[in-house]
Amino acid sequence: MNAFWIILTGSLVATCCSLLGCFLILRRMAMVGDAISHAVLPGIVIAFMFTGSRDTIPMLIGAGLLGVLTTFLIEFFHRFARVQADAAIGVTFTWLFAIGIILISVFAGQVDLDQDCVLYGEIAYVPLDLIITEGGLSMGPRTVWMLAVVTLLIGLFIVLGYKELFLTTFDPAFAAAIGISTSLWYYLLMGAVSLTTVASFESVGAILVVAFLVAPPATAYLLTDDFKTMLGISVLLGTIASFAGYYLAVWLDGSIAGAIATVTGIEFLLAFLFSPTHGKLRRQKRVQTVGH
Amino acid sequence: MQDFIEFFSFTDANIRYVTLGSVLLAASSAVVGCFTLLRKRTLVGDAVAHAVLPGVCLAFILSGTKNPFILLIGAFVTGWLSLVVIDYITSRSRIKEDTAIGLVLSVFFGIGILLLTAIQQTGNAAQSGLDKFLFGSAASLIGEDLIAFGVVAVLLLVAVVLFFKELTLLCFDQAYARTIGFPVRGLELLLTTLTVFAVVVGIQAVGVVLMAAMLITPAAAARFWTENLKVMLVLAALIGAFSGIAGAFVSYTAPSMPTGPWIVLIVSMIAILSFALAPGRGWIARILRQRRNKTRILEENLLKLLYQLGELRQDYDSARSLEELLERRNIPRKEAIRGLQKLKRQGYLQKEDKRWLLTPEGEKRGRRVVRLHRLWELYLTQYLNLASDHVHEDAETIEHIITPELEQRLIEELNYPDLDPHSARIP
Repeated sequence: MNAFWIILTGSLVATCCSLLGCFLILRRMAMVGDAISHAVLPGIVIAFMFTGSRDTIPMLIGAGLLGVLTTFLIEFFHRFARVQADAAIGVTFTWLFAIGIILISVFAGQVDLDQDCVLYGEIAYVPLDLIITEGGLSMGPRTVWMLAVVTLLIGLFIVLGYKELFLTTFDPAFAAAIGISTSLWYYLLMGAVSLTTVASFESVGAILVVAFLVAPPATAYLLTDDFKTMLGISVLLGTIASFAGYYLAVWLDGSIAGAIATVTGIEFLLAFLFSPTHGKLRRQKRVQTVGH
Repeated sequence: MQDFIEFFSFTDANIRYVTLGSVLLAASSAVVGCFTLLRKRTLVGDAVAHAVLPGVCLAFILSGTKNPFILLIGAFVTGWLSLVVIDYITSRSRIKEDTAIGLVLSVFFGIGILLLTAIQQTGNAAQSGLDKFLFGSAASLIGEDLIAFGVVAVLLLVAVVLFFKELTLLCFDQAYARTIGFPVRGLELLLTTLTVFAVVVGIQAVGVVLMAAMLITPAAAARFWTENLKVMLVLAALIGAFSGIAGAFVSYTAPSMPTGPWIVLIVSMIAILSFALAPGRGWIARILRQRRNKTRILEENLLKLLYQLGELRQDYDSARSLEELLERRNIPRKEAIRGLQKLKRQGYLQKEDKRWLLTPEGEKRGRRVVRLHRLWELYLTQYLNLASDHVHEDAETIEHIITPELEQRLIEELNYPDLDPHSARIP
């Protein structure tokens, strides 16, 4: 049963992250996703301090705000202080992450979080925190319920805003011309990324969030030219990685999040080499046939 | 205060080690960071920093010791590999660079975490302390580590000094470097190697996750204070060194505080202050400059208006009311009044019962703006063959910018003209 809950948690995180990641990598904003996933840390710690508990709602709000603040700061440094784009990202997220780590050390006694957990999460503990009804009936782990809700929200967001997200990603000029606010959808997308990051943070840590945001979409991008197919494939790849990663971790007796990230990397490597349309080997063969 | 004196007297050998270590680590990565910043490849450093972890773990698994040199070699190999992989993915597939960086960063780090946790589970007593690579611990630097990292840091600085000219050319004009026969590929390799070395050394101080800050932040801060690369390198090194000392001091006074995050926090505060306050490039300096330009344009427009009114009525010596001015040009009333009052204080205008009159200086300045406007219109019609009804907008902007030298050139070029394209006299 524990294995089931852990894999389910991984798959839910994979679903939200890969869906949003497809938009991010096509907008060339993969590193902004990386930045947000690190920078929400102080928000989580501050929410802990205020409420003194691991209540989900304040944590989601605190870290969600920090996530949006991160995008604002990056934009601000880049546009108003004219810091070059990559440096603006680097300065912002390391600064906020450092603040988060320092806050954890300052309130070490009161905050039930440690530095390692921040990086690679505690997905193995997910099945321990159960929701028990008054009748003593176990409803399954708290994290799974929260992630299910978040996944639903993200799914709704993408279904309802599909046209707008699609247009602002592929043709911002056209989107603006027909009256879609590019900056509104930019911030909505970033808000969604922050929400996902926060919801996944506790269970899988910053690194797996980045891995899921980038690796499955990048792999899917090598396998298809159709955007809807790309969304589907990346969710599938993320889920497979959760399965395989769990058993890899059990076999090596190591971190589950680390193992899942490793598997997403292997998936990418396979697609990079063998993809029927964009794979390395396939392309070489094609070049050779043309040559003869 | 007691702590302060105790710390900065450096009598304690341990404090000497820690301070020297932090300074060397922070300064050497800051210097290398300047070059990656100028090549706009800063986030690559972030990927290298994360990619170092599996190397450290593999080196430990294979050798079974925590000898710093062996761990350094392991770190170096995977750090270097990560850069090669990023380059390979971006050049051989349709994956963009930022995606490749994110991918390599998370996957390499994931592998590292997997190995690290697997090592920890084996119960091997020698492994304790490997996890300090995650967040760094400059405060626990001891003799042997310090020698290893000190040597590398010094080598880095020497390499930068020796290859300064070549690296500069690589950053600013790669095409030129290639045409005059520089081995550009080799230099890129050199810079890559230096970056990896800097990261490998720096993670001892701040750890894997925050290493990016040591490369990016001092360089980004220094960039705001100077346009000279040598000055920038020295400044970045100083900023890095200062935050290194400050971080070491904080964790000396409060031992539970992690050194790395404090170093990063301090260096980030310096950077953010630089973004805001630096003269010239800084945010506030630019806002002030914009405001100054705006007031100057407003003032010159007001003087021009008064002069044109005088020209129209063939009478420069009578005063005009505010309404007369606003009738000819749409300026917000409040702004216009403020501008007029300021001009009066500067001696360009006189006020005669609520009406405004140009002083001789004001007339001179107003005449000059009108002259520049008409000269430019003439220049555009004569030399660029623009239609005479298309040139006014452009002249409205340029009339505030043309310098006296340029004005002289224009007059000579146009052969001391009398009339502009609209047949108005050029004063």
